[in-house]
Amino acid sequence: MAEQEIPEVKTAKKQQISQNYWSLVWWKFKRNRLAVFGGIMIVIFYLVCGVFAEFFTPYVLQYQSNYLEARPQPLVFKNREGQFSLRPAVYGLEEQIDMVLRKRSYAVDRTKIYPLYFFVKGQPYRLFGFIPADVHLFGTDPADAEAHAFLLGTDRLGRDVLSRIIYGGRLSLLLGLIGQVLTFVVGTVMGVISGYYGGATDIVVQRMTEFVGAFPDIPLFMALAAAIPVTWSPMLVYFMLTLILVFIRWGGLARQVRGLILSLREREYVLAARSAGASDIRLMFRHLLPGTMSHVIVIATLMIPGMIISETALSWLGLGLRPPLTSWGVLLQEVSSVRSIRFAPWLLLPVPFVILAVLSFNMLGDGLRDALDPYGGR
Amino acid sequence: MLSYILRRLGYVLIMLVLVSFVSFLIIELPPGDFLTQKLQELQARGDRSAEMRIAEYRARYGLDQPLLERYWIWVSHFVRGDFGDSFAFERPVTEVIGQRAGMSVILALSTITLVWLLAIPIGVYSATHQYSFGDQVFTTISFIGLGMPGFLLALLVLFFAMVFLGQEVGGLFSRQFQDAPWSFGKFVDLLKHLWIPALISAVTGTASLIRIMRGNLLDTLGQPFVEAARARGLKERTVVWKHAVRVALTPLVVILGTEALPNIVAGDALVSTVLNLPTVGPLYVRALQVQDMYLAGTVLVFIVGVTMIGSLLADLTLAALDPRIRLE
Repeated sequence: MAEQEIPEVKTAKKQQISQNYWSLVWWKFKRNRLAVFGGIMIVIFYLVCGVFAEFFTPYVLQYQSNYLEARPQPLVFKNREGQFSLRPAVYGLEEQIDMVLRKRSYAVDRTKIYPLYFFVKGQPYRLFGFIPADVHLFGTDPADAEAHAFLLGTDRLGRDVLSRIIYGGRLSLLLGLIGQVLTFVVGTVMGVISGYYGGATDIVVQRMTEFVGAFPDIPLFMALAAAIPVTWSPMLVYFMLTLILVFIRWGGLARQVRGLILSLREREYVLAARSAGASDIRLMFRHLLPGTMSHVIVIATLMIPGMIISETALSWLGLGLRPPLTSWGVLLQEVSSVRSIRFAPWLLLPVPFVILAVLSFNMLGDGLRDALDPYGGR
Repeated sequence: MLSYILRRLGYVLIMLVLVSFVSFLIIELPPGDFLTQKLQELQARGDRSAEMRIAEYRARYGLDQPLLERYWIWVSHFVRGDFGDSFAFERPVTEVIGQRAGMSVILALSTITLVWLLAIPIGVYSATHQYSFGDQVFTTISFIGLGMPGFLLALLVLFFAMVFLGQEVGGLFSRQFQDAPWSFGKFVDLLKHLWIPALISAVTGTASLIRIMRGNLLDTLGQPFVEAARARGLKERTVVWKHAVRVALTPLVVILGTEALPNIVAGDALVSTVLNLPTVGPLYVRALQVQDMYLAGTVLVFIVGVTMIGSLLADLTLAALDPRIRLE
């Protein structure tokens, strides 16, 4: 036993010494369980909502059923005869009219049981926008026209809330990602230029960031978003919102990068590169920028949740994305009245998804912060 | 010192001019202003005097004149304290904002008080009991709180209050006190309603303040003067609260100035909108939605003004509290 253990310890130690920066980072990141959980959640979010939304949703985006504002159907493990079975199923819905409130509502009808099937052929869609397909992850028996499964209920127009949350995540999450990539590019380029050249260039860039920074985030964002003409097409509005987010947020990143560049540019290796005849561009982006990257990645990751929240808040207020588009904020527009919270509380279900996405990004960013500095800390 | 203050004030002034211009531009950007909509609406209703009233507005604010001219008219009125008329309310902006400013200040002050009352003791506990079970619990809670958007939290609170308690939590007053003059009963009623929005708005602030306080105090506790205080035989409680905490608190003045103070103007517009509070925040949101330009512009300029004055005050207070800091 003892003989076996010793060589193991030795190799482990040897590996640790010879490992380069990135494998050390990975090694430290892996040990932080919360960060790994956050990272996995984000990958799942982007795969389910961003890439394969059509496959994971039981209904296509445009589908409107005849069940308006139906409550979520509870999941049970029973077969059609009511006996226990491993195959999940849902109870059917029965329409009722509430005479006091003069309102139509649905009750669970325990006599009808619709089993759920996996990889069923359902409504046709185009994967990635061009591959025709009709397989959904789960759904009711396609032969039974009566069967329906709205696991999270339906909205005012009879659309499946679960499908809409998944589709909504696509726009919300992509806005966060695209916006952050653009912010990252603008912020680092401006920061590097400002820090490297100094002098008048630096002053101009600094004043610009200070000016944008003088406006508090949300009020400025609201004001700019309110200025988008109502007549514009939804996609153009989406694009403009992304640009506005970038415009508001690049300053913070640029300042951080500038500070790091200032401390790096006096190092000997930069002098060496310069004496070897490296051009300004090469010095900035080949020699200086990589030194700031670990820091910048952390800031950028921690900025994404802010973007997602901003979009959600704005669309919810009616200042951001508008109905033909589906995002988490647009979905929440339906619950802006107290009435809908009382009678259709399942329309609030996008909220936990937004919070989960935001927390996952925070966990990932926090873990990255510790991991990207593998030489220090505990 | 005086020349520093003067220079900073001059800087604030220049920024305010720029900000006012940009605010004006932002509000002018959307095609088709509020008045055009209003005119159509009034004409549809068959209001004969509509055109005259609208024309009067146009002449008064020079809406038919070029952009720079319009800006000049707006600004010259602005500095004299005339912020224009709110088109949606058909009353002066000063009046519309003034009506709600009091409640905004009350809400902001109670939020700030709550944040500090909660965060400082928890932060101190976390730092003095580093890595203990309590510390881990508080660290986790503050981590979640930091990522929790206030308005979504408000929506959830609204839902739970309604479904499980059967109670509506919106607003700041019960119905019978809504328009009643101030009395002790109304004050008590206000306190009954105020704690929910204050608590919700306080979540994010508390979470970040706990983390900052914990970090600051941990740094301070490692310093030699703390060791010296202990060596003199002082009680641990005296060492922590009288020596370390005082030093660790000083940098937090900056947060008070740059984050807490600006919140007074449109603090948590989103939370207030969800909970339907009579504060300035929802007013600003509404004004932007219907393009009530003078109202929105005035609030925006005030927000930025208070932000910059807040950061100036923070710098000055910090310099006064901490003799190591020199203002250049």
